[in-house]
Parts: sequence; C-alpha cells; structure tokens
Amino acid sequence: MTNLEPHGSRLDPWVDSYAARTHGMTASEIRALFSVASRPEVVSLAGGMPFVQALPLDAIADTIARLVRERGAVALQYCNGQGDQRLREQILDVMAPVGVHAHPDDVVITAGSQMALDLVVRVFCDPGDVVLVEAPSYVGALGVFRAYECDVVHVAMDEQGLHPEALREAIATARAMGKTPKLIYTIPSFQNPGGITQGPQRRTEILEVARTAGILLLEDDPYGLLGFDGEVPRAIRADDSDAVVYLGSFSKTIASGLRVGWAVAPHGVREKLVLAAEAATLCPSNLTQLTVSEYLATQPWMEQIKNFREVYRERRDALLESMTALMPAGTTWTVPGGGFYSWVTLAPGLDATAMLPRAVAALVAYVPGTGFYVDGQGRQSLRLSYCYPEPDRIREGVRRLAGVIEAELEVLATFGTTSDHPGLRSDRPDTSASAPAPNLA
Amino acid sequence: MSERVVILAGGLSAERDISIRSGRRVAEALRDTGLDVDVLDVDSTLLAALTGDPPACVIPLLHGSHGEDGAIAEVLEALGLPYVGSTPASARLAYDKATAKTLIGRAGIATPASVSLPHATFRDLGAGGVLDAIIKRLPLPLVVKPAQGGSALGVSIVRRESELSPAMVGAFAYGETALIESFVEGLEIAVSVVDIGPGHTPLALPAVEIRPDSGFYDYTARYTAGVTEFIVPADLPASVASAVADVALAAHSILGLRDWSRADLIVRNATTTPEIWFLETNVAPGMTETSLLPQAIAAAEMELGLVVRGLTERAITRR
Repeated sequence: MTNLEPHGSRLDPWVDSYAARTHGMTASEIRALFSVASRPEVVSLAGGMPFVQALPLDAIADTIARLVRERGAVALQYCNGQGDQRLREQILDVMAPVGVHAHPDDVVITAGSQMALDLVVRVFCDPGDVVLVEAPSYVGALGVFRAYECDVVHVAMDEQGLHPEALREAIATARAMGKTPKLIYTIPSFQNPGGITQGPQRRTEILEVARTAGILLLEDDPYGLLGFDGEVPRAIRADDSDAVVYLGSFSKTIASGLRVGWAVAPHGVREKLVLAAEAATLCPSNLTQLTVSEYLATQPWMEQIKNFREVYRERRDALLESMTALMPAGTTWTVPGGGFYSWVTLAPGLDATAMLPRAVAALVAYVPGTGFYVDGQGRQSLRLSYCYPEPDRIREGVRRLAGVIEAELEVLATFGTTSDHPGLRSDRPDTSASAPAPNLA
Repeated sequence: MSERVVILAGGLSAERDISIRSGRRVAEALRDTGLDVDVLDVDSTLLAALTGDPPACVIPLLHGSHGEDGAIAEVLEALGLPYVGSTPASARLAYDKATAKTLIGRAGIATPASVSLPHATFRDLGAGGVLDAIIKRLPLPLVVKPAQGGSALGVSIVRRESELSPAMVGAFAYGETALIESFVEGLEIAVSVVDIGPGHTPLALPAVEIRPDSGFYDYTARYTAGVTEFIVPADLPASVASAVADVALAAHSILGLRDWSRADLIVRNATTTPEIWFLETNVAPGMTETSLLPQAIAAAEMELGLVVRGLTERAITRR
C-alpha cells in the first residue's frame, strides 16, 4: 500500500483554461439515455438520419470509384474555398424548384449546411448579439448560436409558422433593451422540429418584417424538396436576393454522409463567407463535392427525390395513423406536409424530459422538447422523427410510447407532479446535450 | 495466459454509455498486459459468440439491470464460463440498495434510516398520506433514489417538503421501487475493495474523497472531467482511513462479494468524533476516466491492467 499524501485532482489539467462558452458542455444524463437508442431493440423516433438505404448505392459506388480512378489527382486534392465551379452551377438547377435564381458565384459550398450556418453566424454575430429563432428551433442551430455567445430569442409560431407580429415585437423589445438583433433564423418549409410550413403570405410577411427592421433573414431549407403533396414551397430567398441568406443541403436529398451543403448570399456577404470558410476548413471536401456533382450529372436525382418523398410519406402516415389510434387523450401533434418530424404536445402536467428514462426502458426513444429551446421551454413537448424506421417499427414505437405516456399519466395522478431532478432539469444550458448525436437514428 | 478474454460492455440499461466507456478502458489496459481481448455487447448474438468460441474468461462491466443484478453472472454460470465478479446471489443482495443496507445495518454498521417502497404503494394508498407518514419518520433533508441502479440516475436531494413528490417521480422514472433515505451531511468517500490481498483476500484500496463543485455528485459531476475534485487518498486521519477501509471490507464480506466492489460512504466529524455511514455498494464499479476504482488503483501505485489481469487469472483457476 502506498503512503502518498492526500492529493486533489480534477482529472483534467486544462480545466481552468477553457473558454467561458464551454461551461455548459458537460456530460448529460439525457445524452446517456440516447446511447441506448442505438440498439436494434429500441425503436428510435429520436434522430433525424435520412433513409440513405433508398439510394442507388451501386451507382454511387461506381461513381466514386470512377472519380478516384480517372480524376483522382483532382478529387483527392484541395479545391478553392468557395467550392467546385461545376457543382455550384448544378446547385442552381437544384434550387430552381424552390424559385431561387442566382449566379454560380453567389454560391458557397460547405461541409453540410451546418457549416454554412456556422460561417454566417461567425461573420455576423458578436457576443451578445440577438438571434431571433422560432419557438421551438433546430437544436443544431441553437448550438451554433450558443458557440458564438449570441443571445437567442425564441419567437412564437402558429399553424402557419413564425408569427410576424410576435417577430416584430421581439425585435422591438430587444432594441428597447439596448441589444442588437443581427439575424432572423427560420426553417420555413417542414420545420425542424415543428413540422410546420409557412404559407406564401406568411413568408411575405416575415420577409417584410426583416426588411423593415434591417435584419438579415437566414433561411434554412434542407427539406424544401421533400413535400408530400407534390408542391414545392417557394423559398423566401426567391423574392429577395439582398435581404436573405439561403442555406441548402444535399443531406436529405442525396446523402448526409457526403457532408455537402451550401449558402447563397449577396455579394458582400459571400466574399466574407468564403474567407471565413477558408479560415475554418481551407476548402470543402473535393471528393464528396465531385461525387455529388457526378451524381447530379448522371443519375435521375429528381426521380430519386420523388422516391424519398414516397418513402417518407408512407412513414409519416404510419406515425400519424398510429398516434390517432393509440395516443392517450390530451395528446396532440402537428401534421407535417413534408420533411422528417412531427411535434407532439403531451397532456398538461406531463414532462417529456422527465419521461425519457421510462421511454428508453420501454425501448422507444424521442427527443424531449426542451432540446429545441435555450430557455427551458418545451417540457410538455417532444419531437418524433419518422424518417428512418420502417413503417411497422414506427407503429410499434408509437404503441410503446403510448404505453409510456399512460404510465406517466398514472404517476402524475399519483403524485400530482412530474420530476424535477437535476439531471433531467430542463434549463440545462447546452441544448446539444439534450439531443442525440447526429449518427443516431 | 494466452487465451482470449471477453469483456461485456453496453447492454440496454440507462448506464449503457458508461459501461461502454468502462469496457473500452479496461480492454486497453488488459491489452497492454499482452492479453487478447474482445469487447462484446449484450444482445441476441452474445450467446452464440460465447458458446461458438468460448473465451478463457468473461469480464462483465455492465452497469444497471442485467449487469449488476446478477442476471448475466447467472447466464455465465449456466454456460460454465469463468467470470470476474460476484456470484449471482451476492450481486442481487448488493444491487438492491434496501436489502444491502439491511444486511449491513444488522452487522452493526451505521446506515442512514430509510424507507423503500414501490410505486404501487403510493398509487394504491394515496401518495399524500404515505409521504406524510414518511416525512414524520424521516425528517428532512432526504435523499430519494431508485432502489436499484447507479450513476446517480434518478437521485435527488430533498431539502423542502415540496421537493419530495417531484423527487419520487424522478426516482420512479428509473425503476418501480424508490428508496427514501435520511441525508447525512459529511465527506463523500468511496472505498474500493479488490481481492488481491495475500491469498486473494480482499484488500481495501486508498479511499477517494469526492468534492463536486455543484455540491451534488450527480451524473454530470461523475462523468465530466474537471467539475469534481477527487482527493486521493482521502484527507482523513489515519484512524478514520483505517475505519472506512474496515467498513468497505465488511460490506464486501457481509454481502459475499467477490473480486471487486466499491462502497460509497459518508464520513461525519472526521477530525473530532468520526461517524462512518454506509450508503451502498457496487459490484460492477465504473472504470471510466473519471471513475473511482481506477483512481484508487493508481493511488495504490498499481496498474489497472495488471489488477484486472490478476483477477482474470484467478477467475480461470476457480473454474
């Protein structure tokens, strides 16, 4: 046995060196629960993984092999920071259905649109600047805003999405407090997590609020081509090329693993985005850019998107039909017209975060609503994803979840309250810890 | 020893992530000693993997149900495979916190007063009346925790009566039975016991004192490097250090534990009139970068890999 003197350790020699913005980056009980969701026994309605199995994998394999074999010296080399010229031209075709018309020079290709989002915030926001977002909003965007120490303000939505009057009021309130609103961040089509789509009139109103206030509108549109009724919502950027930065992605329409997205920005903004991109990553992956470019050039990509729509519509229907049949009274949900998600609101008094351990024990997973807010809202809600599980698994997952909610109602009836224990408290500062890792279904 | 060792890690409990990290760490440590190590999850392919190519020894590093409740050990017994850790019967005793406290208390070791009740009791009798009765018997502050399970999942400290109901619900989220225990203020001490003494007798490793910045050693404080200070060996007078070691050894012995365990204790009045309170013991202690047993092994100037290898070799010989 040793005779060592008592010695204190925090097991991390850099604990006093971290930036203040990392203080919320801690181990999370919620994140730990999501690790169970990766097991096949669990029906995960949590993550947003696209169903890439529906892709023509052999064709993509041939494309990549051919690229390396025939153009390896280019594909495996650096490219310029703005991205491949031909792909930028092709992206114009991809955006045409949503009404976005631009010049290839307006396009900046990034490592997924998440990277574009990061670059826009990096270019526009100083610590303390206000970013106005939907209530609720995409957890990955909230993580970026937090990383740049922005002051995130949630703005109410109704069945038409972001509410213009509430947006106007939020801007006025922020300015009255001496703060500087810099961005309005919105996902107008098949919103994540709400599943809501802004109608044409609403888009016009939101754009008008942004223009009047002189605040840049950041339009995130990963799901715009994945509407189930065949119509493609017209992007806000289609009506204003100066007031809007548009973010697009191949993650949902081709493959998330390729990590190819883009931003379309006015000239001055684009120049800065390119420089910021070079500082961040030098350039996007040439191999995956050229893969996407070849895919677009040689494969019936629009037909494939139609195929994705059918896959996701069948799954959406399985989710909605089984929720209608099985969910306890008092549970409501949105009916998405496209995209990946439905937003479920539980009966009053229930707490979706506190319920998560019981759900995981019952082998079903979801994302608690608190992950989509920076301020502890969303306790009564949860996000269900239907993009990845097969329809029968979705039905089984809803059956399990309905049982969990019934059990939680019984606990609520017994104790008259829900849990508030610290590990699952809803005001945790780091929202990213409240959602599964990207590679979880 | 040149045969293959299998570490079981993962499982379906809420502590899956911790188990995977424990398994990965122990696997690396064992490989450094020259062993051939595979890490397997506990799923429908496991039995075929274990019977198709039986390993020399299995090391279950599963936390929570199916790991610490003796179920996996029971299966390994049935398969006739040597394994590191406690027998199923002993694991079951330790896994249920109320049972362990009763047995330890009978041996004259102090353990906080407690009540263990299933959710059905509150539902059938009415939560208000039952909680009133509990509050009368156990004055605040209290600790409410699931009767089974670890990593502080579902654990709350209750300082006001209004916090009791939410705390109960929090515990029931992780299991059907909750343990309500008097909160004992004092130094939080963990003492690991490993059967590596002379003749494979249990040896208490240096005590670890836990000082979470938040004041509560919850999941975040356990698994986030930097937010908890660990004092190793614990800053205790020699007589108290010896006494906590004795309590941990006694718990190991009373519950019939084997190979390794970790006792969680509270020490009050360490420098005046010391009191040692037993809280619970763990038969599958965590082995992550921030876990307590590896810190105790390091403080004893031992190597994690060699310690586990020694236990593995012993498990093989007792086949």
